[in-house]
Amino acid sequence: MSTAPAYVSTTNACKACMPLGACLAFKGVEGCVPFLHGSQGCATYMRRYLISHYREPVDIASSSLGEKQAIYGGGPNLKQGLVNVMNKYQAQAIGVATTCLTETIGDDVPGLVREFMGQAKVEGGASVPPVIAVSTPSFGGTHLQGFHRAVAALVDQLATAAGPPNGQVNLLPGLVSPADARYLKEVLADFGLTGVLLPDLSLTLDGVAKAEYELIPEGGTPLRDIAAMGSSAATIQLGCFAMPNPSAGQILASRFGVPLVSLNQPLGLRASDTLFQCLERHGGRPTPERHARERGQLLDAFVDGHKYLAGVKAVVYGEEDLVLGLCSFLAEVGVQVVLAASGGQSPDLAQAVAQASRGLAPQDPQVRSGVDFYQIGEEARALQPDILIGNSKGHALARQLRVPLLRVGFPIHDRFGAGRIQTLGYRGALSLLDVLINTLLKKRQADNPVGYGYL
Amino acid sequence: MATKENGLPGWDPASVKEEMLRQYPPKVARKRAKQMVINQPRPDGSPEIMANVRTIPGIITMRGCTYAGCKGVIMGPTRDIVNITHGPIGCGFYSWLTRRNQTDASAPGAENYMTYSFSTDMQDKDIIFGGEKKLEQAISEAYDLFHPKAIAVFATCPVGLIGDDIHAVAARMKKQFGDCNVFAFSCEGYKGVSQSAGHHIANNQVFRHVVGNNDESKPGKFKISLLGEYNIGGDGFEIDRVLNKCGITNLATFSGNSTYDQFASAHTSDLNCVMCHRSINYVADMLETKFGVPWIKVNFIGAGATAKSLRKIAQYFDDPELTARVEEVIAEEMPAVRAALTEVKPRTQDKTAMLFVGGSRAHHYQELFKEMGMKTISAGYEFAHRDDYEGRQVIPNLTVDADSRNIEELEVEPDPQRYRARKAPEKIGELAQSGLPMKDYEGLIPDMEPGSMIIDDLNQYEAEKLVELVKPDIFCAGIKEKFSVQKMGIPLKQLHSYDSGGPYAGFKGAVNFYHEIDRLVNSKVWGYLKAPWQENPELSATYVWE
Repeated sequence: MSTAPAYVSTTNACKACMPLGACLAFKGVEGCVPFLHGSQGCATYMRRYLISHYREPVDIASSSLGEKQAIYGGGPNLKQGLVNVMNKYQAQAIGVATTCLTETIGDDVPGLVREFMGQAKVEGGASVPPVIAVSTPSFGGTHLQGFHRAVAALVDQLATAAGPPNGQVNLLPGLVSPADARYLKEVLADFGLTGVLLPDLSLTLDGVAKAEYELIPEGGTPLRDIAAMGSSAATIQLGCFAMPNPSAGQILASRFGVPLVSLNQPLGLRASDTLFQCLERHGGRPTPERHARERGQLLDAFVDGHKYLAGVKAVVYGEEDLVLGLCSFLAEVGVQVVLAASGGQSPDLAQAVAQASRGLAPQDPQVRSGVDFYQIGEEARALQPDILIGNSKGHALARQLRVPLLRVGFPIHDRFGAGRIQTLGYRGALSLLDVLINTLLKKRQADNPVGYGYL
Repeated sequence: MATKENGLPGWDPASVKEEMLRQYPPKVARKRAKQMVINQPRPDGSPEIMANVRTIPGIITMRGCTYAGCKGVIMGPTRDIVNITHGPIGCGFYSWLTRRNQTDASAPGAENYMTYSFSTDMQDKDIIFGGEKKLEQAISEAYDLFHPKAIAVFATCPVGLIGDDIHAVAARMKKQFGDCNVFAFSCEGYKGVSQSAGHHIANNQVFRHVVGNNDESKPGKFKISLLGEYNIGGDGFEIDRVLNKCGITNLATFSGNSTYDQFASAHTSDLNCVMCHRSINYVADMLETKFGVPWIKVNFIGAGATAKSLRKIAQYFDDPELTARVEEVIAEEMPAVRAALTEVKPRTQDKTAMLFVGGSRAHHYQELFKEMGMKTISAGYEFAHRDDYEGRQVIPNLTVDADSRNIEELEVEPDPQRYRARKAPEKIGELAQSGLPMKDYEGLIPDMEPGSMIIDDLNQYEAEKLVELVKPDIFCAGIKEKFSVQKMGIPLKQLHSYDSGGPYAGFKGAVNFYHEIDRLVNSKVWGYLKAPWQENPELSATYVWE
């Protein structure tokens, strides 16, 4: 890994901040309202960002601190805000994430929440819902780290002492689309496994049109399921980067003795094979027929698509797990990743990418972690890729380079259906392959002076 | 719940208000009640509304923060100033091309830094040991990379808390470079009650550091500046097209399709035309006090309003040739507008609208709905002050609370060399007599029908309640409200960023808007919500329009 030129500024960042990731994780819990302890602008900016990606309502409350609270502490605002959310939204849980303001002034949020829970009353005498607190200072880390911290906080603060073994499997998917979350639940069910997916964005951020609006959308991981995670037979944790220590899976292992299996996100054939093998072991049955068939269809498409992809050069960027998954998949289909970049600082990324590419790609991709789009652009110009693969923020660069941008990851605010993009498992890989090839064909056809109708 | 007491169909504002307040604790309900006003004309002017007060914690607000108002709104759309966010990464990232301001950088050699988001990306060590060094290096780096005319620095929450002196750093770097103006904005997110505080801070610093820096006389017979127009969806382009056609020169737009030099020479124009009163009236006032440029309120949203605003400008300049030209242009532009109205009006007539947006748009867009025969039954601003609702005559009576005291008021005096009264006081008096008062804005409330309801700082909960109870034919707000309102079967038009549409200003914009609203309010999609097998009424929910 050679060193990129060092800059002081971050120019066109390839990452968002921790509290955004935490809000996303909280959105995947049933009846949970995310709550940002800080200036109200944080909630407004992040809502705006999440809503434009998912095209779904995303309510995030704020303690709306002003100058006075910045000086004297935000405790009273936090408590008043929690009461208001409980009364108005009938929230079943509230996930409080800190921001740079409250981290800088040093508000003791877990302490304030404990104090609050001792005093709180909900209108009508309903029981006070749990409040989960997570520390997400934005002056460090990325949205992916904030996401994993919130998942760990949920497990840490809600999973209770082990009950009788319930045979279920905890599946911690990492930051995946609602469509991928749906797919993972379907796979678990097809293996006959009772699973707890945490978080579960499948419905909360890809909701249905209904005649009557619900203040808090249906879906999400039920609280009682999170509470019972300590009694599960195993935890499968997907994704290997930006996890806190201990991670959610590690907490369940050390506190309740739930065995932890840590896997890469199942993007591409080999990573999917690993997941299915793991599920075969836990489900005690072979891969169900329709998934085996999907694997076969994927391989068939690998063969058919190879003529379009051989020798194609790609630049990929985004969260570390996505970058690793894409590199692994692209190596399988013959695309040469010339640059793999992430705004996250994960020293292990380079080695993981090399490992996933070795034996398939003619050479290891160059890997850069902790970079921004300015740096990605500088390197990409020299590498002359045929395609960029990542979120919408690479659009300006793709335009400069006059190459197509295949949109995956977060944020995607210039295309429709971001929440329905599938990348995981055999089915996701096939969908990604189709889009990849068609994106390249579209350009080839548009650029071709003859205008062939068969490609 | 129809009432016959007003001209507005199908609603009883008092019971709607009561219903919206029902769920609140008494203290919150009392406060919100003062921010919801049912319009009843009074002999002494419009009813009083509480505005520009802090949002209640835990109430999901539509409002943004001071940084968003300063960097995102006012300073963001200027293409040749390098904007550096001093703070952790989030704020810079979320304000990176988020608004749909357009800019035309097609001229050879034109600089455009709007596609960049520069941030010092503060880490914990910067919070502990201070970020001034890093900021200084970041400014140097931007200068070395681009050699821009100007670099602006924006503070986020932690900067004020740890005490980084961004103004000292900016002054030092400006001196060191010699050919680049460097200035900073103390626009920490926790200041003020909304983005409005950020607008004020931006106004102050632009006026202090940029306006008046270029005295060179620009060509043009009728020179104006347009204040409070942000070129969302190309509105500014359409307004400029119409102005050019009339022979009016727009020297500076604050701030859409804007450049550093426009701000620097804005004091050389002869009239300031204020679109968004809330966000920019400070600069208008200061330009008048220091340089003698008077201002009038204009509105280019609505074909009728556009014609009216053009006539106001002509009246001010009082030149027969200009007056005739303006009438010619209006006559040329109106047939297309009338043709579009003839087409859509049968389908839009008498439909109802609600508008909750901004500090001016909730007012301006009522013009377009009126032209389509639609009725605005409820409206309100997100971050306005009382004068935007009730008119500028209330300014002397505004209570100055701790939040407004925290925002600096610049002391401005007439410039000894450059102050030039554009019109004699008698002439200004005559204009006022003949219906063109300077420095005047009557506000939103007097323009709304009796029985309509005006709600300040509407929040997510109230928006949902309002839609559920009243079911307007269209609700106008922003993307944060869009999908929840649409899930209730009511179309939502984004009036912050126009969804993906625009322009809606001027004559061509009006036509665009008529078609857009026609499409939205007459969509057939809602009819499919009920699946054919959902026939048993016991098993299915009721529908919002039933």
